[in-house]
Amino acid sequence: MIQLVPRTGASGLWQVATPVLAVLATMLTGGLLFALLGHDPVAAIRTIFWDPLFGMAASYSRPQLLVKAAPLILIASGLAVGFRAGIWNIGAEGQYIIGGITGAGVALALHPLDAFWIFPAMVLAGLAGGWAWGMIPALLRNWFGASEILVSLMLVYVAQRVAAWMAFGPMKNPEGFGFPGSRNLQQYPSASNPELFANTGAHWGVFAALAAVVATWVLMSRHIRGFHIRAAGTAPRAARFAGVRPQVLVAFCLGLSGALAGAAGLFEVAGPAGQVTDKLGVGYGFTAIIVAFLGRLHPVGILLAGLLLALTYIGGELAQLTMQLPAASVQVFQGMLLFFLLGFDILTRFRIVRRVRA
Amino acid sequence: MKRRTLLAGAAALSALIAAPAMAQDEPLKVGFIYVGPVGDGGWTYQHDLGRQAVEAEYGDRVETTFIESVPEGADAERALTQLALAGNKLIFATSFGFMDPTINVAAKFPDVKFEHATGYKRADNVATYDARFYEGRAVIGTIAGRMTESNKIGYIGSFPIPEVIQGINSSFIHAQKVNPDVEMKVVWAYSWFDPAKEADAAAALLAEGVDVILQHTDSTAPLAKAQEAGAIGFGQASDMAAFAPSPRVASIIDNWAPYYVERVGEVLDGTWESKATWAGIGDGEVEIGEITEAVPAEVKAEAEALRDAIGAGEYHPFTGPLNKADGTAWLAEGETASDEDLQSMNFYVEGITAQIPQ
Amino acid sequence: MIDPLSVFLLLLSASTPILFAALGELVVERAGVLNLGVEGMMITGALAGFAVAHATGNPFAGFVAAAVAGAAISTLFAALTQAFLANQVASGLALTLFGLGLAAMFGKPFEGVKAPPMPAGPLGINWIVWLGLLAVPAIWWFLTRSRRGLILRGVGENHEAAHALGYDVRLTRLAAIAFGGAMAGIGGAFISIATVLQWTEGMTAGAGWIALAIVVFSNWTAVGVLAGAWLFGGVTVLQLRLQAAGVNVPVQLLSMAPYLATIIVLVLISGRQKYSRRAGAAAPGSLGQNFHALR
Repeated sequence: MIQLVPRTGASGLWQVATPVLAVLATMLTGGLLFALLGHDPVAAIRTIFWDPLFGMAASYSRPQLLVKAAPLILIASGLAVGFRAGIWNIGAEGQYIIGGITGAGVALALHPLDAFWIFPAMVLAGLAGGWAWGMIPALLRNWFGASEILVSLMLVYVAQRVAAWMAFGPMKNPEGFGFPGSRNLQQYPSASNPELFANTGAHWGVFAALAAVVATWVLMSRHIRGFHIRAAGTAPRAARFAGVRPQVLVAFCLGLSGALAGAAGLFEVAGPAGQVTDKLGVGYGFTAIIVAFLGRLHPVGILLAGLLLALTYIGGELAQLTMQLPAASVQVFQGMLLFFLLGFDILTRFRIVRRVRA
Repeated sequence: MKRRTLLAGAAALSALIAAPAMAQDEPLKVGFIYVGPVGDGGWTYQHDLGRQAVEAEYGDRVETTFIESVPEGADAERALTQLALAGNKLIFATSFGFMDPTINVAAKFPDVKFEHATGYKRADNVATYDARFYEGRAVIGTIAGRMTESNKIGYIGSFPIPEVIQGINSSFIHAQKVNPDVEMKVVWAYSWFDPAKEADAAAALLAEGVDVILQHTDSTAPLAKAQEAGAIGFGQASDMAAFAPSPRVASIIDNWAPYYVERVGEVLDGTWESKATWAGIGDGEVEIGEITEAVPAEVKAEAEALRDAIGAGEYHPFTGPLNKADGTAWLAEGETASDEDLQSMNFYVEGITAQIPQ
Repeated sequence: MIDPLSVFLLLLSASTPILFAALGELVVERAGVLNLGVEGMMITGALAGFAVAHATGNPFAGFVAAAVAGAAISTLFAALTQAFLANQVASGLALTLFGLGLAAMFGKPFEGVKAPPMPAGPLGINWIVWLGLLAVPAIWWFLTRSRRGLILRGVGENHEAAHALGYDVRLTRLAAIAFGGAMAGIGGAFISIATVLQWTEGMTAGAGWIALAIVVFSNWTAVGVLAGAWLFGGVTVLQLRLQAAGVNVPVQLLSMAPYLATIIVLVLISGRQKYSRRAGAAAPGSLGQNFHALR
């Protein structure tokens, strides 16, 4: 009889090996899928995984990986801290949207003032907006015991409607001929978040994402609070005896992940996206949850997972462009990749043992 | 510093694409980005028919590619750049939300020509094009005014933007012309495509006593609801022939093919230049789908006469005397609306009692 | 000015897709599983149902196929979370992505064709609307009065204890997930077969996410789900109905209201459970946690 036995510590070898296995399995089944659709499977896989990195136009698509991965990594780093403690913020999408709105709101209120402090003020406003949106589920959990999973998810829907309201109402561009959407912040130098070095894709959000990776790594491995978080996640009762105050932890984790998601929203609105529209939330907040898990809730893992997902997005577009693969088949392919990664993950946490019944 | 990085980036990108673009006999590459999937049966589907018409017209002389389901904002900018890098010399961006991304990308690729649908920003290598949907609305408004027995016609709007408001006004003016007692009920779905909500909107109108439904949203749900209630409606964007002869008694079709064929031809000849095109029935860009036998012959003849008069340029759907809904004068006797007025239209004409949401 | 009966009739049909999906998710969550893949299962049902209804000319065959297809795709989620012990939140999100893509891919041949007409049921109301209304007491009875329902709730409340008592946690959850998939499939098919009569990509347009909110609003009871579906459907119907009557309504603010109401309900219930000794029926104790038997 085959049994699963939990490993005492996560296996180092399998931690590295399973993502590789999962990617290989996806390539195989995905290749099969593409072959069934009448496309050359090898070319399809190469287009998705190889060409964005080393293909013809790689000098453009490589930096774009950073642009696409930065918000994912920034959000996922914050989420992972909470997930480690068993605090489930699945409303990062809402915090992202609100952060984008509060941050952009500062710029739109000051327009057309030209001052060096506007962008920093926007970043602070974005952090604050996301933090505040994240604190709602934290406080409701602390005061009333309401599930933060559900409250944070509900607040995503509310945030989406706030974005629509803003785009059609208070934040509508007065020079936009009645069309919805705010002014474009890319055209407002004091407020924009441009590419800082030509052809690197690196805007402030990319640096913020890297900083978040380092900071959460330090927090989790070097700081007493990181110890508390890990303790709360693995042995909640023991953690309480060790002096961990769960309420503080809930507020800290939701506030932190909310603030980082809010910052991601701001960097996106002031940079690549440019304006507040009703479609401000494009799903980064949800995708980041997947990134956090694929990255094993570890900062370095999240960095790699964010880049991997960004690669499939950009490679998927390339596959549409060069091979005329339908967008839907690329989505199916991404779904498969996630399934395999999530499925194979069991090997890192459990040993498979054959047992003979006594 | 920001401007310099932008220019440096542009130079590097241009250098990157210059090499493969040298060959002479290569077919002209034409790219399209779509906001929805080609299978949406509406807006994007019609643009893709236009693309297919280009292929059919020029055969080996052109090579077309498309990227579908591109979210508006940052992803659009990347998709446009990918198309330019892949050697496309003419790129059609087929959604209003692609406006700023198109302008940004066009600045980096001065030798690539861009066409942006429904926007108002142009550059030396960015032209804009749009269709005078309100001309078609005048025709179906006439049919609606004749066909209604309850003297109440309903209109499902997507978003309160000038294009949609033009359509509401145009159909109301012409319905009233043939039926002075007609009333117009307007419902905003706040979506271009949300079948369930469009069905609810249609049902709400039907409950209000409406027996003719006009829609400026893309799904067939309102037609299905109309059928249930014994009311009639019109195909929108595409012909929606599956619902003929009733409830679909006619349709207003976006036909982009003539424009796409013309513009591609101009690039092939080297005569392309940036301009703003706003074509209507006369240019074949707005078509009235077959008026079915559910419509009495004299009404059909009347509608077709109006269609032909508009097409021949003998009649403008917005011809005075017309007042605004608040009672102020808009157009004097015989005066026609200017394009500028129409493109920023944010008021109803006299007789519509609803208010435009602000 | 507005006839309440007409609003109610609109509401009945508008709330049917989300009622089915939410009833299914209710059973899933009662078994302790949080499946965020409702949207993916709904769209799968919408396509499969439409395809079969179109091919056979029988809309009811379509609903059966939708239930089967919804259940089938939910087993992917079940396998991941129950056999491979993958995180439920991430697996559910992946299921949504996968389902939307898969349906879009296989839906190409069905674009532009029309579904067969549905015969009206009693009182001129669609049969499936009736089925949804009947499902409410049936699921209420199952969850509160039947032995299997008791086991299912036990599994959801405390899987360790249920396991210790000898109940098969995994099998129970597998069945619940498949049931949830079937119900979501029927809900999706209602949109394609009964509402729109056509297949188009992405046609569920977020209904699955609303279903998730309804389950929370319901306080995990069948009657609550009905109330929630009517509240969420009702706000949409009412604002559209008011618009049609020429009333200017703040659409965005109004459409936020049901979600805020859901949060308030959740807070009230959780607060009552926390501050009074009375054992209330709030979120299932093991919701979202995976179970692995060590023995």
